[in-house]
Amino acid sequence: MSGEVYHEIIISGYGGQGVILNGSILGKAATIYDKINATLVQSYGPEARGGACSAHVIISEETISYPYVHNPHILISMSQEAYENNIDSLRDGGLLLTDTDLVKRRKNDERHVSYSIPATRMAEKLGNKMMANIVILGYLASLSDAVNAESLRNAVEKSVPKGTEEKNLKAFEKGYKRGEKQKSGTG
Amino acid sequence: MEETEQFIMGDTACAEGAIACGCKFFAGYPITPATEVAERMAKRLPQVGGTYIQMEDEMASMAAILGASWGGLKSMTSTSGPGFSLMMENIGLGIIMEVPCVVVNVQRAGPSTGLPTLCAQGDMMQARWGSHGHYEIIALSASSPQELFDITIKAFNLSEKYRLPVLVLTDEVVGHMTEKVVIPPYDKIDVYPRRISTLPPEEYLPYVSDEDMVAPMVGVGEGYRIHSTGLTHDKRGYPVITAPVQKEMMDRLIYKIRNNVDDIVKYEEIEMADAEIVVIAYGISARPALKALEMARDRGIKCGMMKLITIWPFPEKRIKELAPQVRGFVVPEINYGQICLEVERCSAGKTEIVLVGHAGGAIFHPNEILEVISRL
Repeated sequence: MSGEVYHEIIISGYGGQGVILNGSILGKAATIYDKINATLVQSYGPEARGGACSAHVIISEETISYPYVHNPHILISMSQEAYENNIDSLRDGGLLLTDTDLVKRRKNDERHVSYSIPATRMAEKLGNKMMANIVILGYLASLSDAVNAESLRNAVEKSVPKGTEEKNLKAFEKGYKRGEKQKSGTG
Repeated sequence: MEETEQFIMGDTACAEGAIACGCKFFAGYPITPATEVAERMAKRLPQVGGTYIQMEDEMASMAAILGASWGGLKSMTSTSGPGFSLMMENIGLGIIMEVPCVVVNVQRAGPSTGLPTLCAQGDMMQARWGSHGHYEIIALSASSPQELFDITIKAFNLSEKYRLPVLVLTDEVVGHMTEKVVIPPYDKIDVYPRRISTLPPEEYLPYVSDEDMVAPMVGVGEGYRIHSTGLTHDKRGYPVITAPVQKEMMDRLIYKIRNNVDDIVKYEEIEMADAEIVVIAYGISARPALKALEMARDRGIKCGMMKLITIWPFPEKRIKELAPQVRGFVVPEINYGQICLEVERCSAGKTEIVLVGHAGGAIFHPNEILEVISRL
């Protein structure tokens, strides 16, 4: 059933971190720019900010019938709670991305390919910690082939508030470069 | 305007469908998980010269869209379970006054306040029978944001064609799911215009119908005399409290739909050519059902699917036809058996029927449906 391109992704954190927006940007990159299928469903508590929330994204060449993700290929966690809640579901060999300052990872996790980035701190340095989600998207673009990096850049530009495009693209590049360095072992 | 592709939520797609086919009035009261329909309409209607009103409650919302429709505007409201219950009385008023309009119900789990943020398909029978008295209704169902866009347009067209409130039934998961939606150029969208009488004011009567039992309407403020009421009425729209006039009016309300079932009823058939087991599914449940079908086919089970688009009137002709030809129907729905009852009625004991029920709050995993298919 699954075609060549098939990725199940969970982005998790707390409300207000741009978790759902990241899901939307990923889906937009896949559907509008990469021209393949994607679904986004979200779960959150009754509160708009501060509560645990997660975005489930599936990217696939084939039609997606069931939109929920139980065993993701990729897990992005931007809070300790989000990490604890989801890490056991990440499949063997799955890619884990966390915010270095917000998530303390379990030691000796050999099941997964783990990377961490101080996304919130980097975003703060760029002038707004609200862009941590975009930093981590850039990081993802470098470390995964789930969507084309150029498509993600386009989707970021189209999705962030008007007037903030340049800043957000800068945040994206910071994350992307950090990923490139870590991949090559120089970071 | 060119065709556009957007990655949008089901609720948003529903609102875009309404705007695309000329909806110019929305009155509503916010409720999870339908709020995003209202939110989008509040943003979009002023851009197209329309009117958005946030009302004091759902009873008033329904009343307002009936009034706006009589005033000549394509009108819509959206709600979920508790609000749908409150709209029932005025949906009946829309039926008897024969008012074109669209009511969207993004279903959540009940009864009562239930699970405000989680899905269910528990209002299928309420949609059919929720208002008092005997009437016919049209209700459509969608299982993706694209379908929600498309059927909202279809709902407006049917409401204008048959002069009645048309219900769009979806659920929390479809309403809140984001997917790609293709929005065609508006001038490429088939829009059924309001049926306007060509008679001069002195000859016009508001409830004299055309051959298909639907009466044309008139423009407001153009010199026509109009009377419309929730009481049983004659061709003039005046109350007449007698059995013969009741029969005349009721015959029209019922048969304008029953006589046109073939025009109204739509469904999709998937892998039906050699199917021995047929899954009958609608809304969000049609998605895991489709996955279950593929898995069953991989196991060599001759499984097909009938995906309902029109829920009411029920596609009974096709199900009657299929019943003696198949080994069984499997009906997954997020309730304890509603559409399943209709399938049983239409099958009249000619095949086995298995309900795959669900209390609500989540959708089926394909395996849950596959298991039932495999056992049959």
